[in-house]
Amino acid sequence: MTLFKVLLLLFLIACAAAVSLTRRLLPAIIIFMSYSLVMSLLWALLEAPDLAVTEAAVGAGITSVLFFLALKRVRALRGEENEPPE
Amino acid sequence: MNRLNDGERGIFRRFQAGYGAIGLLVSGALAAVLLLTVSYLPGFGQADRPTENEVSQRYIAKGLEETGATNVVAAVILDYRAFDTLGESAVLFAALAAVILLLREEPAALARRMAERKPFEPDQGPILRITARVLIPWLLLFGAYLVLNGHLSPGGGFSGGAVTGAAMILHNLAFGPEQTRRFLSERIFFRLLVGALCFYGLAKGYVFFTGGNHLPGSIPLGQAGSIFSGGLIGPLNIAVGIVTACAVYGIFALFDRGGW
Repeated sequence: MTLFKVLLLLFLIACAAAVSLTRRLLPAIIIFMSYSLVMSLLWALLEAPDLAVTEAAVGAGITSVLFFLALKRVRALRGEENEPPE
Repeated sequence: MNRLNDGERGIFRRFQAGYGAIGLLVSGALAAVLLLTVSYLPGFGQADRPTENEVSQRYIAKGLEETGATNVVAAVILDYRAFDTLGESAVLFAALAAVILLLREEPAALARRMAERKPFEPDQGPILRITARVLIPWLLLFGAYLVLNGHLSPGGGFSGGAVTGAAMILHNLAFGPEQTRRFLSERIFFRLLVGALCFYGLAKGYVFFTGGNHLPGSIPLGQAGSIFSGGLIGPLNIAVGIVTACAVYGIFALFDRGGW
């Protein structure tokens, strides 16, 4: 179980670093979703199931949808010219 | 960059090189300070941690007896600290009000926008529609379970409302806004939202006027562990769930198209 927790924590750190290092916005949101999912697993392991359910629904579900819609509104999803060059 | 002369270009280069180095230095120092602070925090589950004080002991020892809720978290957020939860619901409402102010379109403009968008929106496709048809009933059931069982098991108004709101967003994405509007029109939406918030405020205001330091026992607490127990916690959970689901769905709808 400790190994599982350490793996989850390492994945969490990797996700957090990847979100800030990803230059394109769509992959950054998807990585952020996976960050929230790992975080909700960790809440469940820390015996906080209330938080785990909320994190999974709000962090992985609704926040990401709102991010997608915000990017769509400012036309940053399809317009490649708005994204910084690789 | 092209309009600069050679001297200015040199300064700009040096600034760029120094900017990276200084940025690295500052963020490294910040990370070191934060890590140092974390090392002084008490360990997880440590016996003499400062959060283990008479407040939490009191909640654990007397919570079930005083509130009738087997879930101590629900007892704290909807009974002992119900006023905080009223504030949180009001914050959600204020966020929705701000989004309405910024993004709401007049009905005529909304209809025009939807008509313009129709040819460009790709068909939702059978995969999304069939997945949604299978998933939505279970999501709604799970959300209702979290809300209604909030005083007995982990969950409660906020998480259950978020799950229900996510189910409504999925319905909207898979079947289109016209279908969602059939059961959640703008009028029903605002009646639900404002009604739930007012009910919560009145219930909590009643407590203030009767001078209770937590929600009083005028409603019988019932047998601990049964679904009708916990006094006002169950109805308050439903109110918070309605506010959360409506706020989540409303913010989605306004971001998506600027109306219901």
